Amino acid sequence: MLSVKENKIVDFSTPLLEKFAEVVARYPKGRQKSALLPILHLVQAEYGWLSVDAMDKVAAYLDIRPIEVYEVATFYTMFFLQPKGKYVLEVCRTGPCCLVGAERIMQHMEDKLGVKEGEVTADGLFSWRGVECLAACGYAPVLQIGPEYTFYENLTEEKVDQLIDELKQKAQTK
Amino acid sequence: MARKLLLAHIDVPGINTFEVYRQKGGYRAVEKALKTMSPEDVVEEVKKSGLRGRGGAGFPTGMKWGFLAKPEGVPRYLVCNGDESEPGTFKDRYLMTHIPHALVEGMIVSSYALGANTSYIYIRGEMMPQIRIVEKAIAEAKAAGFIGKNILGTGYDLEIHVQPGGGAYICGEETALLESLEGERGNPRIKPPFPAVAGLYGCPTVVNNVESIAATVPIVNDGGEEYAKIGIERSTGTKLISASGNLVRPGVYEIEMGLPMEEFIYSEEYCGGIANGKRLKAVVAGGSSVPILPTHLALKTAKGEPRLMTYESLADGGFVTGTAMGSGGFIAFDEDQCIVRNTLNYTRFYHHESCGQCSPCREGTGWMEKVLHKIEYGHGDMSDIDLLWDIQQKIDGNTICPLGDASAWPVASAIRHFRDEFEWHILHPEEAQTRNYGLVMEGVES
Ligand SMILES: Cc1cc2nc3c(=O)[nH]c(=O)nc-3n(C[C@H](O)[C@H](O)[C@H](O)COP(=O)(O)O)c2cc1C
Ligand code: SF4
Ligand code: FES
Repeated sequence: MLSVKENKIVDFSTPLLEKFAEVVARYPKGRQKSALLPILHLVQAEYGWLSVDAMDKVAAYLDIRPIEVYEVATFYTMFFLQPKGKYVLEVCRTGPCCLVGAERIMQHMEDKLGVKEGEVTADGLFSWRGVECLAACGYAPVLQIGPEYTFYENLTEEKVDQLIDELKQKAQTK
Repeated sequence: MARKLLLAHIDVPGINTFEVYRQKGGYRAVEKALKTMSPEDVVEEVKKSGLRGRGGAGFPTGMKWGFLAKPEGVPRYLVCNGDESEPGTFKDRYLMTHIPHALVEGMIVSSYALGANTSYIYIRGEMMPQIRIVEKAIAEAKAAGFIGKNILGTGYDLEIHVQPGGGAYICGEETALLESLEGERGNPRIKPPFPAVAGLYGCPTVVNNVESIAATVPIVNDGGEEYAKIGIERSTGTKLISASGNLVRPGVYEIEMGLPMEEFIYSEEYCGGIANGKRLKAVVAGGSSVPILPTHLALKTAKGEPRLMTYESLADGGFVTGTAMGSGGFIAFDEDQCIVRNTLNYTRFYHHESCGQCSPCREGTGWMEKVLHKIEYGHGDMSDIDLLWDIQQKIDGNTICPLGDASAWPVASAIRHFRDEFEWHILHPEEAQTRNYGLVMEGVES
C-alpha cells in the first residue's frame, strides 16, 4: 500500500543529489532508469521510508513516470511504503534458520517488544518482521538492521534482549 | 588436506585489502591474461577447465562464453550474479566479505575475455556491508591501475560498478536480474532471446555467479588443464559448499569435487557430524530447490555406491532416488526435524517469492502452501497428499522461469521419501501438534 501519511514535501539535499548523480553516471546515456533501485535505497536511508512525495521526486529526477517508481517500490521487499520504527529488526524466517530456532526468536521478539510483526512500538523505536533467507544460514538464527544492514548472528533470546536494550540506550543518548 | 583454490589465503590477516592480496600473488591473472593472452585464449582455458556455473544450473562456463554474440559496434556486458538468495546458500557472501579481490580480479579477467568494457556486479540489497566491501576493493584495484583506462598499458579499458538489489529472490534468475538492473520489477523474461544475444539494454550479455567468476583466476594462473585435474568426470575443480542446519560446524567449505558426502558431514576437516549427538534424518544437498533425500539415499546412491559431491553422483538416480548439486547449499536435518513443517516453510517461501507472471507458479505455490498448512496444523485429509502431488506436477515444467520447478521439487521429494510422515500427521493430528515424527521410515501405526 502506498502511503500519503506524513506526506511532507521532501527536498533532496545537495549531498544526496550528488550521490544520485554519482549513481546515474554508472550507466550508458539514456539508461538512467537503472539508477532507480540504488536511488530508492539512498532515499530510504535518509528518510526511513518512501512516501509518495519522495517517490514522485525521484521520478522527476530520473525523468520517468511516477507509476514506474511505484511499480518498483512495491515489488521489492526492502522498500518501506509506511513509516516504520527507528530500528527495524528483520529476522530470517526461512527453512534453514528454522532448523536451529528462528521461530523461537521471532516469538521472543514479539513478546519482548510487545508488538506484532510489522507494527511499531509506542515509543516509535522498534518494528520487527520476518524476512526470507539472508544468505547467512550457517550462522543461524540471524537478524539484520537497516539502513546499513548490520548483522547479528547465532541469536539467542538473551542476545536479542541485549541488542534491544543497547538500541534503546543508543536512541536515548542521541 | 584438500586443495584450495579460492580460499587458499582466507586465513591471512588483511587478505581483504589490495596490498595483502597482491603480496599473496593477487592480480597475477590480470597481468598474465592482458599481457600474454588474447581474449580467445582466456575463453579457451576456461573451456579446458571444465568449469561449470556455480550459481545453480551447472552450465559449462566456457561454452556459455562461446555463445556470446559479437555484433560490430555493439557493447557487450558481463554481469555478475551476487543475488545469493537460494535458502541454504551463503558462500558468495562469504567470498565477498573475506576475499573480495578474488571476485574483482575474476571480473577483470572475465570481462577481458568477453570484450566487455563496462561490467556490473549485482549484489542483493540486504548485503549492504558486502556492497561497501566490494566497492572498496574495486576502488583499490582501480587506484593500482588494474581497472580504468588502458589497463597496464595494454589498451584495454574497463569500468566495474556494483548494483544493489531490492530484496527479491527472483532477481537471482538471470533475466529477472537484468530487468532489475534496468530499474524494473524483477519479472523474468521469456527466452529466447537468451542474454548471450539480447541481455542488458538489449546487448549481448553474460551473467555468471560470483564463485564462477572468482574461479577464472586460478584457471588463468595455472591453466585450464591443471584445474580440470581436480575432481571427477565432468565435475572439475573445487566447489564452495555452504553447510547449515543441524551440524557441529556449519559454515563455508571449499571442497575438491568428488568428496564423499559422508566424509563431508562427519569428518573433523569439514562439518564434524550432527550437532548435539543426534542422528541425521535428511539432507538437502544443493539449496532449498533441489530434492530432499533421506539419510540412506544421501550417503549412498540407490545402487549402493557412496554418494560423492559431484554433479553426476548427486544426480544419480534422477529425481526418484537422487538430487542435484544446485548452488551447493547443503542443509542437514537431525532426527527432531519435521519434514511437513519444513516443506510448508519452503513452499511459503516460493509463494512469497513468485513474481506472479505465470498462473501455475503464482496460484500453485499458494495452493500448495494452504494444503501443507492444513496438514501441519492437524486438519489434513489423506486425499491432500495426492492433491499436493497433483499440483506440483502441474507446476513443474509449465512456467516461464525455473522458480516454478524449484517450488515443485521440494514438495514432490518430500512426499516421495517421507510419505509416511505426511500420513502420520493426518492420522494423528493431535499428537502431531506436540511431538515430531522422528526417524521412523516405514510402517504407519494407525
Ligand atoms: C529463481 C532463481 C533464483 C536464482 N538465484 C541465483 C542466485 O542467487 N545466484 C546465482 O548465481 N544464480 C542464481 N540463479 C541462476 C541464474 O539464473 C543463472 O543461471 C546463473 O547466475 C548463471 O551463472 P553461472 O553460470 O555462473 O552459474 C537463479 C535461478 C533461478 C531460477
Ligand atoms: S515461474 Fe513464477 S517466478 Fe518464474 S516467471 Fe513464472 S510466476 Fe514468475
Ligand atoms: S535461512 Fe536464514 S539466513 Fe538462510
